[in-house]
Amino acid sequence: MEIKCHKVASGCASGPALVTKDSISFLGNVNPETGVVVDPAHELFGQCIAGKVLIFPGGKGSTVGSYVIYQLKKRGVAPAAMINLRSEPIVAVGAIISGIPLVDRVAQDILKLKSGVLVEVDTDRETVTIE
Amino acid sequence: MYLSREEEAVSRGERGETLRRMMEILVALGDIYGAERLIPVRSVQIAGVSFKNIGDAGLEWIMDLSGRVVVPSILNPAGMDLCRWQEMGIAEDFAAKQQATIEAYRRLGVTIDCTCTPYQLYDSLARQGDHLAWSESSAVSYANSVIGARTNREGGPSALAAALVGKTPLFGYHLDENRKPTHLVNVDANLKGSDFGALGFLVGKIVKDGVPLFRLQVKPVKDELKALGAAMAASGSVALYYVDGVTPSPPNDSEPGEKITLQMSDIDEVYEKYPGNDADIVALGCPHCSHEELQRIAELLEEGKVQKELWVCTARKIADSCPDLVKRIEECGARVFCDTCMVVSPASERYQKMMVNSGKALVYIPGLCGVRAGFGSLEECISVALGRN
Repeated sequence: MEIKCHKVASGCASGPALVTKDSISFLGNVNPETGVVVDPAHELFGQCIAGKVLIFPGGKGSTVGSYVIYQLKKRGVAPAAMINLRSEPIVAVGAIISGIPLVDRVAQDILKLKSGVLVEVDTDRETVTIE
Repeated sequence: MYLSREEEAVSRGERGETLRRMMEILVALGDIYGAERLIPVRSVQIAGVSFKNIGDAGLEWIMDLSGRVVVPSILNPAGMDLCRWQEMGIAEDFAAKQQATIEAYRRLGVTIDCTCTPYQLYDSLARQGDHLAWSESSAVSYANSVIGARTNREGGPSALAAALVGKTPLFGYHLDENRKPTHLVNVDANLKGSDFGALGFLVGKIVKDGVPLFRLQVKPVKDELKALGAAMAASGSVALYYVDGVTPSPPNDSEPGEKITLQMSDIDEVYEKYPGNDADIVALGCPHCSHEELQRIAELLEEGKVQKELWVCTARKIADSCPDLVKRIEECGARVFCDTCMVVSPASERYQKMMVNSGKALVYIPGLCGVRAGFGSLEECISVALGRN
């Protein structure tokens, strides 16, 4: 299945989906050295976001979160791509400075997708392809 | 968003990878906020300087960048006095990383003035009607409100992007439609000095991200406007305000929808709720002290000896412009620290309670430093430091 989206940060990548209905504050929610979600209150607590297509409503919290995304990328534990319902500046800036493809403006139904399904993000065509 | 031919070329990477990514940041933010196009900025003030705030993640990003800023660009305060950090009790490894951060900015062509009050240093950075990309919330408020320039509150990367590209997306406070007052605030009180910090502390909580229009019984001076805006940007997220008859006027025929009235008793309550006489440190200069404030502090200290730690924070250029005042203040046992402040330096964390005359510091010290905060006038702060309370 192919759905339309809006490009925020350019690139093309694929990986298994990791889906949450919770917003993410990269500063505090995610360990920048390992990519593991460390906030017990978060739906993804204990899971690793490395190499995944991370699907979440949007970012929140400190603007330092942008730099944390960059640090994840440099450690090789960043998501392969990210999909938001609506991107806000923290995640948008983090994705751009890190070279991680990010798209938004997809239907809310994408949050019902099962984690583990293979998803491809193509920002040139502005499409999300679900296996 | 509409891009010019040259902006398109930058977007395609024809001017290098750093500029391509910087343009991508500006375009993404423009898209998120519905900007039609980019506009040139006169100057940039960059947040993300104190290593305490940006950490290894931020330092790595800045060190990895290449290129040169194309408009005058200066920095927010660092986590320490860049020369006298040892006196502040800063650890060696923190100091090394802070110096590396500063060097990384210097390499990009950024002027190394670390201050929250760029407008106290250089008139040319912001004039009425100029578009800017400034970060520090109190400087944003001062530029928009007192100078009549136009800037949104930029994050570290978006400010740096504006500095390297020389442009910012046209939205928010750059547009008249978002500069109309939302709240009319009548204050029936004879305010002076730190009362303006207390007023901002109260009004920011009420109006949040609104645009208050004040009707006051007094005409505040620049340092009082500085304190008012800084406090509202901390207790709320106010980026623009007006004072009837004092600041540049709002766009024509805009009448605020909501009305608030405050009395002197409301201001007095702030002092009563946050007493400072049991503090183990007194810290002044949030935002950074002006020349006039240093003068007043020197007069109040009048050759006394401080009984408690007393920090006076200012910009290095201001301290350098009045070495005699700095000497008078330090001869009383106080320390004049430059490039930094009590809010962004880890040096604050070893104290139990800090007395301040700033509504902004009153908001941030407990959360960012884990230190209790007391509030008083400049005169009360100096009395407490001298052990005369």
